[in-house]
Amino acid sequence: MTYQADVLVIGAGITGCAVARELSGYKVSVIVLDSAGDIAEGATKANSGIVHAGYDARPGSKKALYNIRGAGMYESLCASLHVPYRRNGALVIALNDTDRTAIESLKARGLENGVKNLDILDHDAVLAMEPNISPEVKCALFVPESAIISPYETAFALADHAAVNGVSFRFGQSVSSVERLPDGSFAARTDTDTYTCRVLVNCSGASGAYIHNQLSGQKLTMVHRRGQYYLLDREAVPAFSRTIFQCPSPMGKGVLVSPTVHGNLLLGPTAEDISDPLDTATTAEGLSDVLRKASLTWPKLSVRTNITNFSGVRAHLTTDDFVVGPCEDCPGLFEAVGIESPGLSSAPAIGLDLSGMIAGYLGLSLKESFLPCPVRPRPFNEMTDAEKAEAVLKDPAYGNIVCRCEVITEAEIRAAVHRPVGARSVDGVKRRTRAGMGRCQGGFCMPRVAEIISAETGIPLDRVTKNGGDSYILSGTVESFLKEETVHD
Amino acid sequence: MIDRNTDILIVGAGPAGLAAAIAARKEHIESVLVIEREKEPGGILRQCIHNGFGLHRFKEELTGPEYAQKDIEQVSELGIPVECSTTVLSVSQDKTVICVSPEKGLQRIRAKAVILAMGCRERPRGALCTPGTRCAGIYSAGTAQRFVNLEGFMPGHRVVILGSGDIGLIMARRMTLQGAKVLACVEIMPYSSGLNRNIVQCLQDYHIPLYLSHTVTDIRGRERLEGITVSEVDEKRRPIPGTEMNFDCDTLLLSCGLIPENELTRGAGIDISAATSGAVVDDMLQTSIPGVFACGNVLHVHDLVDNVSEESFHAGRAAADYVRNGFTGAEYITVCDGEGVRGTVPQRIRIPSDSPVTLSFRPSDVYRSSAVVVDCGGVELFRKKSLIFTPGEMVHIELRPGLLKNLPADSITVRLERN
Repeated sequence: MTYQADVLVIGAGITGCAVARELSGYKVSVIVLDSAGDIAEGATKANSGIVHAGYDARPGSKKALYNIRGAGMYESLCASLHVPYRRNGALVIALNDTDRTAIESLKARGLENGVKNLDILDHDAVLAMEPNISPEVKCALFVPESAIISPYETAFALADHAAVNGVSFRFGQSVSSVERLPDGSFAARTDTDTYTCRVLVNCSGASGAYIHNQLSGQKLTMVHRRGQYYLLDREAVPAFSRTIFQCPSPMGKGVLVSPTVHGNLLLGPTAEDISDPLDTATTAEGLSDVLRKASLTWPKLSVRTNITNFSGVRAHLTTDDFVVGPCEDCPGLFEAVGIESPGLSSAPAIGLDLSGMIAGYLGLSLKESFLPCPVRPRPFNEMTDAEKAEAVLKDPAYGNIVCRCEVITEAEIRAAVHRPVGARSVDGVKRRTRAGMGRCQGGFCMPRVAEIISAETGIPLDRVTKNGGDSYILSGTVESFLKEETVHD
Repeated sequence: MIDRNTDILIVGAGPAGLAAAIAARKEHIESVLVIEREKEPGGILRQCIHNGFGLHRFKEELTGPEYAQKDIEQVSELGIPVECSTTVLSVSQDKTVICVSPEKGLQRIRAKAVILAMGCRERPRGALCTPGTRCAGIYSAGTAQRFVNLEGFMPGHRVVILGSGDIGLIMARRMTLQGAKVLACVEIMPYSSGLNRNIVQCLQDYHIPLYLSHTVTDIRGRERLEGITVSEVDEKRRPIPGTEMNFDCDTLLLSCGLIPENELTRGAGIDISAATSGAVVDDMLQTSIPGVFACGNVLHVHDLVDNVSEESFHAGRAAADYVRNGFTGAEYITVCDGEGVRGTVPQRIRIPSDSPVTLSFRPSDVYRSSAVVVDCGGVELFRKKSLIFTPGEMVHIELRPGLLKNLPADSITVRLERN
């Protein structure tokens, strides 16, 4: 089929969703495509979840500029999207005297970039703040402005907000070719469909250079850099409340130990250049590398409470900076390419800038009415007893606890399916509700979640996927297997 | 919110909760209430449709549902209410239980005694830190069992089983009988953690190879599982390079151990044993909160449901005694794990003790022609020989009344001694 829109955004990660959300305030038709089955399936779902304060990027670079601006937008953005944001602060620790010098220059760079409230703390002050840090610590750069968010929940909320304001999202649409037509419009082709548009927005993450190079003579070279992580279970007393970075050194960038907004601990990432941008496997070497490095920060580290391992692929350009803005030799193409760290921190500012540029290019005017982001009910497990009682009274499905570990109810799972950009897979429900995020990893609730998805969407149970595509959870009914066997015999 | 009172509240209507309820009622406690989160009582037995249950307790081979049904019927005859589709959200120090159900909404139930009988769950992939992709097709054996036996769906065509726990062995046979091809069962330890009869009846009878001292070292497949790599491991359980075998499979079932499900226990502030992952209890199966008891797989993972039932009868009687007589302060000795012994339950024994005390533990390794020995301050109190002790089979010993009198120290140690 052929679809037509004023603006076509390729990529439904945090950047694409931020652009789409900003564009949805204008009188313009917007379609967002993604090759995966859901929002945030690329680097957005598999990164450290840090809103960096901005001390790390080279002064004057786009990374520095967008990081500082984006980081400054997040607190109010998250409040308006009803998603978590916590300014937990960060420490960059020096474990030897070489590191000490590096800490000094990081602080100087941070000041130059405009980061506020930076301070260098001595050994005792660091350990008083975070007693689980290695006693080897010499000093640390304290970054109070550093914050944590849930990247995929933020992207879901941005997408919902865009969708209620008229943006349409289409999944499972892998763009194989793009071309600029003689009339200056664009055609993007997928296996099944063709999309035409006046403005094409390239927010395609790992495919950023692939899309760009089809339309521009100024070629980009992208390196796909994989980062592997451990995610540890929540503990009654978390080992760290701040994000702990290791000092970047000639030996490498080090790994971080950070709490998540949900109280888990994240360890990672590695940095390995890989040839296949979709290869998000973890490896024995990568995982042991994370452990070895993380234990320098946290000598008492134990992975006894490990919940899962995952990896994400960063889109690194050999120019080592973001490409943001209109493409010089292809009018109508707007891009956000090479959005690796601090890409999450930068996304709101990139979204604002790109949408402003597109509005100028197309001569768009703002809508008279722009709907606010839909308010989602408070999670059941965060309600008071009185609120819980009232919730079940109104909707008995709140009385059915589906996920035991995270205490997620049937009502919340149904609601996740019926969000403006609703969950269609077990992982989609997991990332929207946390059902299956706990220590049993969905052992008990996954069959129930699959049943609810099936009941709410009409997808047959054995066609429900883990994560879109062919990731079917079941292979058929017991009867169909016995028939197959008879045929084979 | 509904406010109620009861004498004994039991969390869970699996075999442990049902047995505890029966025992408490038989001790003439009128007000016993069982809370169950599933739609029906019976716990995990509902999906265990194979036979082999009840040989000790009923002297016959029953299926899981048949075994459960015997207790369900007795509970019903005794008029004990079982509230299903009701999830306990919290248990507090003062034995107030908050629970929720679609029908009754939120309830606050004040109990004189609480028996924790929530059972256990399977160790998930994350706990194993197995590298590879995060594709569909990887399930715990119990999840697969639920799909096949309760929902009527098959999780896949070509199956490898990691871990030789009993559920994995049972599922190897079940998947085979149901038309899937089970390629292998892979066990990281040099011995199986499952019952010997299951290895014979579920693997050998179907020519399914069991690879001991092997583990899964890679998982492939972007969307659905496409294949795995299995490697041999050394004595320290590290993969040996060069021993890799590839299996093309769309399903990997994990049967790598069970963990007591103690979220409520932890929430109540009850002491947990690092060795069992269950509550620390005394010989009355009373936890660190007086009047809160624990039994069955939530206390420590058993091999046989018969033993779960027996332990839970004891907990039911103990809770009844507590309701009648309250907590009578006592002096305790502690029970320590010695060589070759892991997770002895109970961890504390009241002295002087005038009733027999059963001690249960798991050997930490295979011990041939050895003896289990109980010492106190250098004095041997108990010794029992056996041809073999294995980690797959829990050891139970009974200390006769009077044995724990005039002890030279305030702790006893349970250990295995090779002859």
